Amino acid sequence: MLIKKPSEMRYSEVTPKYLYMNRRNFLAGAAAAAGAAALVGRSAGDWLEPRSVQAGGAKLENLVKSPFSTPEKYSSYDAITHYNNYYEFGTDKGDPARNAGNFVTSPWFVSVEGEVGKPRKFTMEEIVKLAPLEERIYRHRCVEAWSIVVPWVGYSFSTIAKLVEPNSNAKYVAFESYFDKKQMPLWGRAGIQLPYVEGLRLDEAMHPLALLCVGMYGESLPNQDGAPVRMVLPWKYGFKSIKSLVKIRFVKDPPPTTWNITNAHEYGFYSNVNPQVDHPRWSQAKEVRLPGFFKNTPTQMFNGYGDQVASLYNGMDLKKNY
Amino acid sequence: MNRILMNKWTKVVVFLLCLLPVGILAWQGPGGWGANPTQFLEHATGDWILRFLAITLAVTPISKIFGLKQLVRFRRMLGLFAFFYACLHFSIYIGLDQVLDFRGVGADVVKRPYITVGFTGFVLMIPLAVTSTAGMVRRMGFRRWQLLHRLIYVSAVAGVIHFYWLVKSDVHLPLLYAGIMAVLLGWRVFAWFSGRGRKPARGTPVGKESATVAAS
Repeated sequence: MLIKKPSEMRYSEVTPKYLYMNRRNFLAGAAAAAGAAALVGRSAGDWLEPRSVQAGGAKLENLVKSPFSTPEKYSSYDAITHYNNYYEFGTDKGDPARNAGNFVTSPWFVSVEGEVGKPRKFTMEEIVKLAPLEERIYRHRCVEAWSIVVPWVGYSFSTIAKLVEPNSNAKYVAFESYFDKKQMPLWGRAGIQLPYVEGLRLDEAMHPLALLCVGMYGESLPNQDGAPVRMVLPWKYGFKSIKSLVKIRFVKDPPPTTWNITNAHEYGFYSNVNPQVDHPRWSQAKEVRLPGFFKNTPTQMFNGYGDQVASLYNGMDLKKNY
Repeated sequence: MNRILMNKWTKVVVFLLCLLPVGILAWQGPGGWGANPTQFLEHATGDWILRFLAITLAVTPISKIFGLKQLVRFRRMLGLFAFFYACLHFSIYIGLDQVLDFRGVGADVVKRPYITVGFTGFVLMIPLAVTSTAGMVRRMGFRRWQLLHRLIYVSAVAGVIHFYWLVKSDVHLPLLYAGIMAVLLGWRVFAWFSGRGRKPARGTPVGKESATVAAS
């Protein structure tokens, strides 16, 4: 029998944070299933499943406050962890919370390679200790015109980048997500090429706002939010902030990015939040702040981070480079 | 089976079943609608429009194939429920999503193809709902009434396109609806071709029942 030392055990393995079944949802689900199953072919089980079996995170101690934090009230933990885009675990917003519970995130390695002097494979244990962990409360604007405010935990991506010493050929950074068909059986429904890949220009990646994120709400990341380590780029649409990061590659040329591959006409390489450039299918002028009903919050240029990042794009036509 | 369908209580039961989805949404309340309740309600009501359109379009083929003549008595009600859920869907979009910004709605309808097509599908259902009474059938004459009510085919196709165009990448569910609609509309094409050799029935009675005899 394998007996784990306490230090190896994650809090979530001991006590699932939420293990409940909401009676109302259960009954409603049962009734709805009866009506719907026949026509839509959705199995009753889909409806009857508990809303959340959540593998919560371990507490992260000694967080440093960040001057980058917004004073805005942050969205509720329950809302954020049950409304996710993580297509590897299903395309419905509730799917990741339902399906990512058993995702294995330990052991975890992140390989940093490419045009660097000192390529290196970091363990997750090393990553959380590379720099003091900061709490950064960022606005997060999805390309689907909703937004949330999240207290992320992590440190600037530049910290890890400097350790591997990018050489003069390094002009861009390519990111890659973990992908495992066995652990992500719904991958085939995603309709996007996997593994998920993203990219930034080197100066964007090195900007102090670009966060290498290991937690939120003072705890390690829940699986559905990109555990155990992800990027957070608050001035760009949410899909640029890649989840469950396993590879970081410094490269010479612009790397391919998943949504751009899927539909280049709708999703550009930069994907900076920009209320003046509509998504071809919907307006980006306003957003709905979640949890909430009304799409009446005006979207800000660079999601309100223009003072910090606008200079990165001086002289660029942002309508063309959307 | 036809006897069960004739029972006056059957209609009441079907009526209540049709109301069940909206009842469940109300019962769940905002707490059950998740972080993005407006989108949740839009998707839930949108799903039910397509389901009711499919159910309505399935009535004629099923009644013909299985000889369940009395099933046709339910078609008007089912179609009206499709319209009912379309009204809810549209109201949620106008009231919550767009927060009564009618200029924004106008811009959406003109500029966003998926909204243009969805809006078209909805608008085309209005005359069908208005002329759904037996009196209207009499006034219009059955032939003309039947022709008008074939607009439901356009609404069904528009609804599926609306759904297909709005998803980002996972088109499985829109394609499932497309498949269902294709079968239901395909059956009609087939029935029309195979019935063309025969002489069409003349002098269809126009009266109280003809509203439910209706366009196939």
